[in-house]
Amino acid sequence: MSRTLISHAQLQRGRGRFLYWALLGIVVTAFTLIFIGPLYWMVTGALKSGQEIAQTPPTLFPRDPEFANYTDAWTQLALGKLLFNTFYYAAGAVLFQLILDTAAAYALSKLRPVFGNVILGAMLATLMIPAMVLIVPQYQTVISLPVLDISLIDSPFAIWLPMVANAFNIFLLKRFFDSIPEEIMSAAFMDGASPLRTLWSILLPMSRPILGVVSIFAVTAVWKDFLWPLLVMPHPETRTVSVGIYAFAAGTPQNVVVAASVIAAVPTVIIFLIFQRNIMSGLTTGSLKG
Amino acid sequence: MAVITAPAPVKAEAGVSSKTSRKLRDNLTGHAFLIGAVLCFGLFMWFPMIRGIVMSFQRTRRGVTTWVGWDNYVRIIEDPSFWVAWKNTFYFTGLALLLGFVAPFFVAILLNEFRHAKGYLRILVYLPVMLPPASALYLFKYYAYDPSEAGLFNAILSAVGLPTSEWMQSSTMTIPAMVIASTWMNMGGAVLIYLAALQNIPGDLYEAAELDGAGLWKRIWHVTIPQTRLILALLAMMQIVATMQLFIEPLILANGAGTQDAATSVVYLIYQHAFVQNDLNGAAALGVIMLLVLAAFSAAYLRLSTKQD
Repeated sequence: MSRTLISHAQLQRGRGRFLYWALLGIVVTAFTLIFIGPLYWMVTGALKSGQEIAQTPPTLFPRDPEFANYTDAWTQLALGKLLFNTFYYAAGAVLFQLILDTAAAYALSKLRPVFGNVILGAMLATLMIPAMVLIVPQYQTVISLPVLDISLIDSPFAIWLPMVANAFNIFLLKRFFDSIPEEIMSAAFMDGASPLRTLWSILLPMSRPILGVVSIFAVTAVWKDFLWPLLVMPHPETRTVSVGIYAFAAGTPQNVVVAASVIAAVPTVIIFLIFQRNIMSGLTTGSLKG
Repeated sequence: MAVITAPAPVKAEAGVSSKTSRKLRDNLTGHAFLIGAVLCFGLFMWFPMIRGIVMSFQRTRRGVTTWVGWDNYVRIIEDPSFWVAWKNTFYFTGLALLLGFVAPFFVAILLNEFRHAKGYLRILVYLPVMLPPASALYLFKYYAYDPSEAGLFNAILSAVGLPTSEWMQSSTMTIPAMVIASTWMNMGGAVLIYLAALQNIPGDLYEAAELDGAGLWKRIWHVTIPQTRLILALLAMMQIVATMQLFIEPLILANGAGTQDAATSVVYLIYQHAFVQNDLNGAAALGVIMLLVLAAFSAAYLRLSTKQD
């Protein structure tokens, strides 16, 4: 490992060594309090009674844990259904992006059709447009698709299709494909492989890291999005978790809302903890070098 | 590796060399591979872009659409909330830049120096990013920003002897409170990106700087920052564009507009016009104004950042 801001030697001797351990101790404690503390507060707060919540100074442990808040949240908000919806939208978004964006990036990188660069330019130009600016005309499009006059309201396609129009991911994929040597492509073509087959059995297996990154981005985008699903999934049966909790919050006791927020957070936090190694390395190395 | 120059006589069609036939085939299949993504871009990006501009000059009443020139723009700008929303949005963006852009950089520098507990610290910082935004915001709304002394922040403040605050009920604390919540939720992403950038800095640069007698701060200033300039510039831009779209924080933390309009943001105003007041054309006009402001901003920024080279 190469050296960083401070040399190893300095950290291993006398005062440097003491400072290093002291600082590490302070940072670990502070970060645990800052990032886990609120989560602990959320999990235990949802167990407290309304009376205990309003008490000063606040109690660190709930006195009589009311597990009913969690069961109430689960049933009243139909959290199972909301969670299922969110995962369903996220899975579809990954699938659509992987298929359509990979195909487009492959065409732009390796097949280079006429006007390919113009199309790529027009795609990249959309990166300059903040999503919220287009929210009204996009919503108009979803209410009634041009030419076909179909409404996509409450249809998962209203989330899946706009996700495909992601210039950043196409750019990432194209750059990765660009780095795959032309000789490999020529060899495959010479063996008589069709472009689809070359993509499937040669390019894609070599592209696992970048496909992982794109998938993570797609899942996070669906998970974090709020206004768009609020608009296009108005029916209670089709809502996402975030929108569902928001829609219920007004007429529901605080503790139940927080209990619902905890339950909603649990699945992703678990998934994150399981895959954190892959997610971290994907996010830090695959995409943003250079 | 041998360069493949000799055109191999595979599948040569009469009169057409294999190279041309491959080119033609690639062109057709190339467009076939592109069509799905292009359709989605057309439907959800390119077409809405034009449509938004057209809509901003129209008015639809009882199904009849007419051209009204600048009327929508005039109505939007004359709305007293317009200027308040811009003021709030810029204030939020400025504070969020200070906190959400500078703080992750120093956190990343710190984490990069540690050789223990690094993985644990990285997971901690990224954990809030994985929460659904509504979950994190209700946590802040109900527990952290409770205006009584029972609230988490007020309990901490009074424990260390500082004056407590009414947070979202106070019009002066609304925006700082939204910035704190938003930074806690989102800073993990920036920290990871900075960490990746820091790992690419060659160690001999620090070595050389140290031999020249550069202290800790000088090393950060003359080595770390110049070496990560591109990523810093990129993230600053992304942070500005992201924070200008402030919406869910006012909606959940401040129930929309907040105390005395203290939380009203431009995007919240777009949402109000379009989906509460049913004024889609006004909302479209506001969207175009926002696009122009951000475009002017990006242009100025690009100019500034290229001038330094």
